[in-house]
Amino acid sequence: MYDATQAETVTIGGHGGDRIEAYLGRPLGPGPYGAVVVIHHLPGYDRETKEYVRRLADAGFLVLCPNLYSREAPGASPDDAAALVRAAGGVPDERLVGDVAGAAAYLREMTSSNGKVGVIGHCSGGRHAFLSACNLDLDAAVDCYGAFVTGTVPDDFPLAVTPVVDQAPKLSCPVLGMFGNDDRYPSPENVDELEAELTRLGKPHEFHRYDGAGHGFFGADRPNYRPEAAVDGWAKILDFFRRNLV
Amino acid sequence: MCTYLTVKADMEGSGKGAQGWFPVTDASVYVDHPVHAPFGHTVNVDFLNPALGAGARVAVELTEESARALAGALLAALDAAPPGLASASATPPPGH
Repeated sequence: MYDATQAETVTIGGHGGDRIEAYLGRPLGPGPYGAVVVIHHLPGYDRETKEYVRRLADAGFLVLCPNLYSREAPGASPDDAAALVRAAGGVPDERLVGDVAGAAAYLREMTSSNGKVGVIGHCSGGRHAFLSACNLDLDAAVDCYGAFVTGTVPDDFPLAVTPVVDQAPKLSCPVLGMFGNDDRYPSPENVDELEAELTRLGKPHEFHRYDGAGHGFFGADRPNYRPEAAVDGWAKILDFFRRNLV
Repeated sequence: MCTYLTVKADMEGSGKGAQGWFPVTDASVYVDHPVHAPFGHTVNVDFLNPALGAGARVAVELTEESARALAGALLAALDAAPPGLASASATPPPGH
């Protein structure tokens, strides 16, 4: 079986037609392949996120991760860019949706695309993945421990981060949720609330919750890494994408 | 968790970053995941000059204990020095 992949930086059209940087991973066969937009976490367009891109490409998907901080910090190291954007209040939701839309359009136009596009994000990217699935025509969405999909944002939080569960009636695709039971943001109660709402609305969803795991359990370079949960979680993510994107 | 909460302060002084010394105009303090320190959460302090770009940054990631020790050390050092010695008003700007 031919298994060559390629990963490289490309330029795509983002929100408002802005030209933004993105990291593309793809199998080099003729396809047709399903595609995935990877939304990086608040700490930025970093090495770990690029590894997710390559892993998904190796699994047989066209994968694109837009650098959400391209505008504020072109060429900066990921941690410096993240600090700058964080200090400026984060990424506006509308711009995030526009950047994911641009990434999805880029993927659909690739000659080896089968036309289907999913989205995945961790942490702040989990909320962003849910938000994208509520505002764009997608085929699958994976929310890995996204905070503030449900719940209450504390009053003293200066960012314009608001819960997005009220947008759930607009969900365009099935949702896979991956959560750690020791997490506080989102807490198990926040996850219960989301699951109940999706059930009430009749929206297809599949949630997996791991004991002994907290926030960020997929992050192999961090102390919160939980290999049992992460290994099982990756298998479920790939299975979900294969069922919905292939 | 991503707390998102950032406490900011205006700064007058200098810092030494990856490209050498630069004037520091802003500081950001936040409790969140560190990039490098081997802990789930740390108190992160960035000394910045946004006008010079994202790379004009001196970053530290400290445990809660370390951050409190640093805050105490800053106040202790100031208390031990003559009042106003390090004040911006003690050194007139050039031309005065």
